[in-house]
Amino acid sequence: MTKDIVLRSEHISRILDTEAMPVTLVKEASVELRTHEFTAIKGPSGSGKSSLLYLLGLLDRPTAGKIFIDDKDITGFTDKKLADIRLEQMGFVFQFHFLLPEFTSLENVMIPMQRLGKFNETQIKKSASEKLEKLGLIDHMHKLPSQLSGGQRQRVAVARALANNPRMIFADEPTGNLDTESSKTVQDILKQLAHDDGCAVVAVTHDPEFAKNCDRIITIIDGRVVA
Amino acid sequence: MRLLIFIALKHLLARKRQSLVSLMGIILGVAFFLAISSLMQGSERDFIKRLVDNSPHITISDEYRTPRIQPAEKLYPDAMVAVSNVKPLTEERGIRGFEKVLGTLKSINGLQASPVLVGQGIITYAGQEKGITLNGMIPEEIDKVSTIREYMVEGSLEKLFGNPDGILIGINLAKDLSLELNDTMTIVSPSGDIKRFKIVGIFKTGRGGYDRGQGFANLKRVQTLLDRPNRINSILVKLDNPQQALDLSKNIEKQIGYKSESWQEQSADLMNTLSIRNKIMYTVVSAVLIVAAFGIYNVISTVVMEKHRDIAILKSIGFQSDDIRRIFLIQGVLLGVAGNMIGLPIGMAMMNALGNIKFKPPGSSDVVFMPVSWGWEQFAIAAAFAMIASILAAYLPARKGAKLMPVDVLRGGS
Repeated sequence: MTKDIVLRSEHISRILDTEAMPVTLVKEASVELRTHEFTAIKGPSGSGKSSLLYLLGLLDRPTAGKIFIDDKDITGFTDKKLADIRLEQMGFVFQFHFLLPEFTSLENVMIPMQRLGKFNETQIKKSASEKLEKLGLIDHMHKLPSQLSGGQRQRVAVARALANNPRMIFADEPTGNLDTESSKTVQDILKQLAHDDGCAVVAVTHDPEFAKNCDRIITIIDGRVVA
Repeated sequence: MRLLIFIALKHLLARKRQSLVSLMGIILGVAFFLAISSLMQGSERDFIKRLVDNSPHITISDEYRTPRIQPAEKLYPDAMVAVSNVKPLTEERGIRGFEKVLGTLKSINGLQASPVLVGQGIITYAGQEKGITLNGMIPEEIDKVSTIREYMVEGSLEKLFGNPDGILIGINLAKDLSLELNDTMTIVSPSGDIKRFKIVGIFKTGRGGYDRGQGFANLKRVQTLLDRPNRINSILVKLDNPQQALDLSKNIEKQIGYKSESWQEQSADLMNTLSIRNKIMYTVVSAVLIVAAFGIYNVISTVVMEKHRDIAILKSIGFQSDDIRRIFLIQGVLLGVAGNMIGLPIGMAMMNALGNIKFKPPGSSDVVFMPVSWGWEQFAIAAAFAMIASILAAYLPARKGAKLMPVDVLRGGS
């Protein structure tokens, strides 16, 4: 099992301009994300874990430094191109499930596939159902997020992140809002995605137990990667 | 695009009550726009029809639009010539060679023309004196250029035929002088000639001044009374298509030289008033739709505000800013389309209902229907206006939604 570098950041910084004064969220972080690897970003509250994740997930732009995907510098890409990369290669799971409340579990998983537009409706439905089945949610496909438990919602969120078979999965405190049992389930799923499916999974956590379960830990303090 | 429509629809359906209220705004806007504009157009057409029907389409009179050029001016065209206190020649007024003019006019297709001698007379009856405008006409030709037959309440137009001293007068004049059908009266001309006339018909047009001051008599008789044998001073023209009057009157005037006025020119002030009235009414009706547009703006901007998190999710998934903008614009389009689909038939029903309302105008004895008139243009304007208002109302919040940075929302947590 070779671990290839999919995404690499070179001295990326993110300075936020606030009314009072500029705040440094991330300082010269150089990080690598590899296939088949479950990486944790760990650090105290406000250390810049999530900010780093958003930069790596192309949801935010660094104020300095560069980001490479497959050794290609994508730092100056337009918002459109970055959105396309997110759509095709990345999946996101957030602390608060962030499902679209008006859509059923199945529809939530189908939406990224429909946006990608590579398959027809029947294929999309089949693939989305399979993903939900894999996460043990086959009986809850037609339920709205409000009809699901916290753990179930988060699993739907994971299924949605997997919709377009991404190479990278970014999870922002995915178990932060879950009970122990659900938390364990979600962790296991993410680990499995890395090890079995070859995804580069990176998760922000402040839970030491969660971090221990990962292959590699990036520790960040005051915006700086320290280990 | 199907996906975007699906998401837009879900957003609207999630806020059923508010969507319904803003939809009602558009529906009412479209329906009232149609109903009121059809009333406006109907009343305008009704008014113009009355105007066109009750007056000659072109009136040729024995006047010139510009004063005649003085011989001194003709002789020295490049010099500065001032001639003052010009006294016109004492001449017998009237259209010269009117038979030839009539011949030319009658050769034009879709045109009816009849000569008239209009003059003033004074009726002396039972010690009273009343002025009257005498219209000397060829009785058999009155129908061609006048609608007076429709207003006869006593006697008939036919009685003028072959009855050289017959006269038709208005009902008000008859009442003022206590005259009745078949009574005779004396009319004195300005030059002092006196003739007796027998009332063979009484008309009632509803226009007080007209019913009091106009009389129709035989052309020959009026020519004799006014001492202007074989003269006329006016030619009345009716056209099959009244809209041609303006252009045709200009051509006629160019050919014959005499002042030739179309009904549009004669009623220019009324037409201006109508046009101003239209502008005011359309502004008022459009205001209804503008208010409705604010309703849409309100709903969509609330949706955008409430959906910050959803927008962030969609963007993180890989939706473009354009996609987000489209989702909210589609909501405006959906509201506009639905508003039109319901509003247009309701508007049509309202127009039908209005068209069936009977009422009695003040001062009239006839019961009439509300004048309603519609054409596809009104439907097109109402639909287009509603669509544009809906899209514009959706555009601002849509733009705001598209600009939203997902990371700003994600940082804020739930």
